[in-house]
Amino acid sequence: MKEIYLDNAATTPVLPQVVEAIIDCLKNDYGNPSSMHRLGIQAEKRVREAKGRLSSLLRCTEDEIIFTSGGTEANNMAVLGTAYDKKRRGRHCITTEIEHPSVLQAFAHLEEQGYEVSYLPVDQNGVISLDHLKSLIRPDTILVSIMHVNNETGSIQPIRQIGAMLKAGPGKPVFHVDAIQSLGKLPVYPAQWGIDLLSASGHKIHAPKGIGALYIRRGVRIQPILFGGNQQGGIRSGTENIPGIVGMGEGAKWMAERLAEEGGCLAQLKSRLLQGILQAFPDAVINGSADACASHIINVGFPGLRGEILLHALEEEGVYVSTGSACSSRDKRFSHVLKAMGLNDRILEGSIRLSTSYLTTMQDIEEFLPRLTRTVQRIERFTRR
Amino acid sequence: MGDRIYLDHAATTYTKPEVLEEMLPYFTKQYGNPSSVHSFGRESRKAMDLARERTAKALNANPNDIFFTGSGTEADNWAVKGAALANRKKGNHIITTTIEHHAVLHTCNYLEQNGFDVTYLPVDEYGIVDAEQVRNAITDQTILVSVMTANNEIGTIQPIKEIGAITREKGVLFHTDAVQAIGSVPIDVDDMNIDLLSLAAHKFYGPKGIGALYIRKGVKAQQMLHGGAQERNRRAGTENLPAIVGLGKAIEMAALDIPGHNARLEALRNRLITGILSTVEHARLNGHPEKRLSGNVNFCFEFIEGEALLLSLDIKGIAGSSGSACTSGTLDPSHVLLAIGLPHEIAHGSLRLTLGEQNTQEEIDYVLEVLPQLVQRLREMSPLFNQQKGGQIFV
Repeated sequence: MKEIYLDNAATTPVLPQVVEAIIDCLKNDYGNPSSMHRLGIQAEKRVREAKGRLSSLLRCTEDEIIFTSGGTEANNMAVLGTAYDKKRRGRHCITTEIEHPSVLQAFAHLEEQGYEVSYLPVDQNGVISLDHLKSLIRPDTILVSIMHVNNETGSIQPIRQIGAMLKAGPGKPVFHVDAIQSLGKLPVYPAQWGIDLLSASGHKIHAPKGIGALYIRRGVRIQPILFGGNQQGGIRSGTENIPGIVGMGEGAKWMAERLAEEGGCLAQLKSRLLQGILQAFPDAVINGSADACASHIINVGFPGLRGEILLHALEEEGVYVSTGSACSSRDKRFSHVLKAMGLNDRILEGSIRLSTSYLTTMQDIEEFLPRLTRTVQRIERFTRR
Repeated sequence: MGDRIYLDHAATTYTKPEVLEEMLPYFTKQYGNPSSVHSFGRESRKAMDLARERTAKALNANPNDIFFTGSGTEADNWAVKGAALANRKKGNHIITTTIEHHAVLHTCNYLEQNGFDVTYLPVDEYGIVDAEQVRNAITDQTILVSVMTANNEIGTIQPIKEIGAITREKGVLFHTDAVQAIGSVPIDVDDMNIDLLSLAAHKFYGPKGIGALYIRKGVKAQQMLHGGAQERNRRAGTENLPAIVGLGKAIEMAALDIPGHNARLEALRNRLITGILSTVEHARLNGHPEKRLSGNVNFCFEFIEGEALLLSLDIKGIAGSSGSACTSGTLDPSHVLLAIGLPHEIAHGSLRLTLGEQNTQEEIDYVLEVLPQLVQRLREMSPLFNQQKGGQIFV
């Protein structure tokens, strides 16, 4: 049976050309970019190349890119690094209720240290209100951190408008955007959109795990959270992960090409998925409106079913999905994102997340739909309450 | 002998083919997120568990006490900052040495800015810390001692077991940065009474971008990265699975035959040291003649700039370093060489050559053929050398 992987929001397979580039690095260009000899210089060159590729996807300059050990470190760095740097100016930050744990937990850590954090609610589509955000801004607000695309529902925040509003308003708090789920799938251009800091992750764009990046607008200052050899201009100490960096550059290059050429294909997959699911299960609920959500993430609730049972039953059919984010799927609480959208427990319990990538084909979806129908019917026979 | 000779293994090593082999399936086939509950994720988790067991075995530790990080720097930061902040109620005094890696020293500076007192113990002319000085520096406020297992620049191996015995007796936490030591110095966290230990895979033929911190059960260390519940809720971030698998394989291989590895490298190292001492005058070996890493050679050549020598060697196809890679971009003399008592002008003229498993005697002999000529040529251009020619010999 052909396996169908619909958990691309958790992680994506690494592209063959990315693996090639990584192997080449591990075998041949294994220098430490801080070394002065040829191998070191060669490694340094490969870092610059990768920065170039990522910066052309983001339409920023190369020197605005810092590499990290992953999206979590990038988010931690942005939130903690800004708060520590601006603490004399103020100690108030604004974020949303539906951020990734790597943002929410960083803010929780700041609260323990006397910072004040306002959490913006979202509507039933998972979207914040610009007016509400505006009303929360105070003279001592130093940071606004809002994700672009939510990892569980795919809901899109009006980042461009937020950026414009913050840049036009008083105080001009630093604006951080967690773009880990949107990078390469939706346009996001920090330099033009008024974004000061933007987090990215390699393994969501077909590059390896263990590599991420932070865009830092020129002139924006943050405190480092790792101390040591002062690599990457002193902002992030630690020997650069060259294979990871090169892999991320290759991934970014491929995503930029796909975004330019076939941005519409994800939308086609989504509309076929939605149509197929709602046809087979008229009482299924799409969490988040189709218009307000990105094309590669669909969160669907089957009232009366349990998401986890559905997940495992689908697995027997060779289909891989998720009940929420991978990060929280080991902890038993309900999704904080779906809760923030005001869903009732019946839907909360029966929700699964389907996430596609540019590697997902229409054929995959056509094969998936009957397997889903079969699986749900099989479970319903036992568990329908 | 290849067209270039790599003698900078302390900066970073290549990844062994066997290690790479084990990593590859985790990029394209078994790419699941280890936190996912489906079988893709569960398979990933199994691979991670194996890597954790291999790492634990190499340190004689419990697998539950191994936590993977994004680098050696992160492991050092986490150990020092995490242990200090989590134990602040017990005291605010930390003891370390003047020759630690900057990942430890700069973290200590950060802690000083945040109300901690840090004692930087001096070292002797060989770069060795006196365990009794550690004992004498401990006060009722001391919560943490951090001493590296082996130094990255001059290769000096510290009396870790003695220090561990003292910290255990005094009830103080003991962290050791073993980034350079893995594969050369046998580690037993129980026997050596180590509470926290940092390591990085790319120093022992594993990939870059992955490190680990050993945290003894019951030792409190405040979290560094906040977010998901990975690494038993102590280190957030999607696990870097291929690299973790690579670290596991690499450390297993590195721990397999430490005496054999050391014997091979020591033979080459001693040939290089003896050869340099007998062909280059005004050359000083930095670090201890015996208590040093099997692959480490560090010399000062009076009257010349380390950088100039490095570039000349590079042209001849020999890759070395003038200090640690991290600081080689700066013009400050090495803090380690200053700590062992070298004056500024001599500390500038240092050369570090660090050997690895693939180096051959032929390569060493080529270095011994080329190096004296290069030193001689650079000295002939040096006004300092011409002034002092015939003067006192510095060794």
